[in-house]
Amino acid sequence: MSTELVEPRTWRWGKWVIPFAVLPFLALLAYGFRTDPRAIPSPLIGRPAPPFALAAFDGGRVSLEAMRGKIVVLNFWASWCYPACYEEAPVLERNWQAYRDKGVMVVGIDIQDREEAALKFIRQFGLSFPNAPDPEGKVSVDYGVYGVPETFFIDRNGKIRKKHVGAVTEELFRSEVERMLKDAT
Amino acid sequence: MRRTAPALLVLIFVATVAATPPPGSVNEEAVQEIAAQLRCVVCQNLSVADSPSETANQMRRIIRERLRAGDRPDQVVAYFVDRYGEWILLSPRPQGFNLLVWVAPFAGTFAGLVGLILLMRRWSRRSASAAPITQVDPDTRERIRREMADLES
Amino acid sequence: MTPEIGYAMTAVSLGLALYGSGAAALGARAVRPGLIQSAQRAALAIFVLITLSMGLLVYAFLTFDFSVKYVANNTNLGTPFYYRITALWGALEGSIVLWSWMLALYTLIVIVRYRTRRPEFYPWTLSVMLGILAFFLLVMTLPAPPFQRLSPVPPDGRGLNPLLEDTGMITHPVALYLGFTGFTVPFAFAMAALITGRTGDEWITITRRWTIVAWYFLSLGLLIGGWWSYHVLGWGGYWSWDPVENAAFMPWLTGTAFLHSVMIQERRRMLKLWNLTLIILTFGLTLFGTFLTRSGILSSVHSFTQGAIGAFFLAFIALVLLTAFGLVAIRGDRLRAQGELDSMVSRESAFLLNNLFLVAAAFTVFFGTVFPLLSEAVRGVKVSVGAPFFNLVNIPLFLSLLFLMGIGPLIAWRRASLENLKRNFLWPIGVGIAAAAILRLLGVASGLTLLAMGLAVFVTVIMALDFYRATRARLRTGERLLPAMGGLLHRQNRRYGGFVVHLGILVIALGVAGSQAWSVQTEATLNAGETLEFSGYRVRFDRLSASEESNHFKVTGTFTVSNGQARPAVMQPAKKFYPQEQTPIAYVDYLMGLREDFYLVLGDFARDGSQATIKVQVNRMVTWIWIGGLVLTLGAALAILPDPKKA
Repeated sequence: MSTELVEPRTWRWGKWVIPFAVLPFLALLAYGFRTDPRAIPSPLIGRPAPPFALAAFDGGRVSLEAMRGKIVVLNFWASWCYPACYEEAPVLERNWQAYRDKGVMVVGIDIQDREEAALKFIRQFGLSFPNAPDPEGKVSVDYGVYGVPETFFIDRNGKIRKKHVGAVTEELFRSEVERMLKDAT
Repeated sequence: MRRTAPALLVLIFVATVAATPPPGSVNEEAVQEIAAQLRCVVCQNLSVADSPSETANQMRRIIRERLRAGDRPDQVVAYFVDRYGEWILLSPRPQGFNLLVWVAPFAGTFAGLVGLILLMRRWSRRSASAAPITQVDPDTRERIRREMADLES
Repeated sequence: MTPEIGYAMTAVSLGLALYGSGAAALGARAVRPGLIQSAQRAALAIFVLITLSMGLLVYAFLTFDFSVKYVANNTNLGTPFYYRITALWGALEGSIVLWSWMLALYTLIVIVRYRTRRPEFYPWTLSVMLGILAFFLLVMTLPAPPFQRLSPVPPDGRGLNPLLEDTGMITHPVALYLGFTGFTVPFAFAMAALITGRTGDEWITITRRWTIVAWYFLSLGLLIGGWWSYHVLGWGGYWSWDPVENAAFMPWLTGTAFLHSVMIQERRRMLKLWNLTLIILTFGLTLFGTFLTRSGILSSVHSFTQGAIGAFFLAFIALVLLTAFGLVAIRGDRLRAQGELDSMVSRESAFLLNNLFLVAAAFTVFFGTVFPLLSEAVRGVKVSVGAPFFNLVNIPLFLSLLFLMGIGPLIAWRRASLENLKRNFLWPIGVGIAAAAILRLLGVASGLTLLAMGLAVFVTVIMALDFYRATRARLRTGERLLPAMGGLLHRQNRRYGGFVVHLGILVIALGVAGSQAWSVQTEATLNAGETLEFSGYRVRFDRLSASEESNHFKVTGTFTVSNGQARPAVMQPAKKFYPQEQTPIAYVDYLMGLREDFYLVLGDFARDGSQATIKVQVNRMVTWIWIGGLVLTLGAALAILPDPKKA
């Protein structure tokens, strides 16, 4: 049959298609090693920080409005968040003490927690910066929080400059806050 | 897998429904429908409607409150997308690059179907043009016997 | 000492596997039977060593030997006895041990069965299987050793993930792995066929039963996974299109396609290339599934820890796929199809369409699963691809497959005449349409539900008719009814095994369609003593109680539920607080029934017990899915029985 002559040529090259077709898919999977499926980039970076007003554990009020003009380090935590929140609590307290006179506020928001456990956590690390529970989760959803700990660095104009997922380290705190301090108002 | 209505159809349906529930009365089903479109952020691959987690509970409460305050369902969804990004939609919006994932399966199946039909036509033509067999060789005879036996079952 | 002994056994096994694989290949090539026998002995030694090391690990679990890191990570002093044994496969390292053990066992069976019976294939099959075993042993030696010493020895372990303390956990991985590893054997024979050039039907005839067994265990593993998801995870669903669920589903889809298309090759000598491609794809997808669970590249319910293990698996997948498909390309000439089809309407074409739709579904699931990765690579934007997508795109394919399942077994081979079509399908089509119409009159509005139910009825009538006619034919020869039916199943067990399996699939399909269409759920907050009315049920919140268990703290809600018919039932959903877990685990309570399940989850509650939030679900026809699974089991068992001697 006349078609027999044409087939062998397409066949000779065609049969190698499948082995080679496998390659891009392998490359895609290899790319997958470089990404972290659990790290979700936040759309709030560079935008004004959502306002909130909560009743603090010590009875006072914590509101974002009241802190305008200051640099705000907003930290979401929970007493059951082990070990990351336990690692970063001393870091936050230490740096709060170091920067509080330079126009920097550190605020902690406790999510999905029991009051005694939260108070125990605060006592354990001697946290002196304002901490408030977020009972309905409205503030955490407003900030696009999907786990703890998460920390937002907000500048004097109320814009979110950076969101950090995971425990805050000494270097991170300092470098972010120093950067915002250098900004002209 | 809670609802059969895919996200896309729900959005269209919802957008064309004229009546908005008056503030103060919330249809629980509406909450479930919206929650079914959103991904529970602390779980793995569950919708906010399905997830038993505390975060999902809180998100459903927020949905309920926003509906009660008079937001339209697409506005509620937009709020979550605004805070979390496209990732929070359990089904990618069929626009731009995402069209690829919606179209590829159908296109692939269709291409496969067309290819298969062409192949089947070629195979049936080849067999039709073969010379009629006047003698039956033992192999074919054996095969006939086998297939007759199967047909009879 | 335990960690060191175990590790040594693993390393020795690895060496033996590498040696055995090479020896078998060399023995086949250079025709030196001595080498092949030496490889066999190596395989036996490997099996003994892996069994011993598994025993050692179990012993470590039972004696609370926390000097073994794996034991310390997965149990603690409070873990109940039986879960200490099943913790063996509860986490990554142990699961590889189980996989390796099954592979070693299958290798032994291959040796015993085919050593003398199939001398042409056997050495190459042995070599391939030992090579694959060597990879898993390599993983056990380098990136994920189960025998790692932990020092200093901690006083207590971390404990088993509480979600895994369930009977489903005991059986689900075992069944799933038996399925996954089972496909290694047909794959190894396919490689042997390619290497030896014997690319005819032999390798298919040899591996027919293996394929059915592997397919069955994979099906069982998926069903148990669904059962576990439904009863333990607390969300009331049995399938969430999670990447790792998909990863087990894809080889099932291609495996089912393979199961069917080999029947065409057996009868018509066609599709050689396609069958080889399918088994390579299926085996590759089983590896891909293992890769997904362990590499951490996609977020999933199942994700074990990450680490270098992902790179190992990816490299192995690359090696397997490129080598196997490369072999196919090299042997391409022998695989050119002399495809012949007598008619576009025939059983052959039904099978071909079956393959098309199954592979299309596998492609869909695959593409949807990796699309988030693709989106991030191309656009830098993370998207989610979840249940709404998979449901929408797969439904047309599954409905088409349901239709094919109905007509396939009865449409004639070669050429289906109009007579044949009318005789077999006229009545079923009529009854199917009637059923849909009746449902419409009863108020079912969804077109999709009507279509699905109509199709299901159509297939049911076909199967009933088929069985009825065949039984009647036997009755005419004077046999009584029950012996006639039994005789039918026995003498044509291949055909009726398939029939019963299809029946099982049908029941499952009905369960899925019914539960998707007609299940309802709601959420409510109740004060103590308050009652909720929902979908014909009355739920009264009685009280909350707290208790201290062996390794967790439990808050139980007591509810009285009645539906106007039977006596009221007392249901006790709970929340379990494990110290090592960050969030509480929901313990669901449910009433199971044939028509519907009543499902209760405890959500928020007030500390003083005055209020509780509950999620209530009425899940219709879910039990049919589990029943379908049982029917499937019977069918598979029937299909692999040895053919009764022809008279």
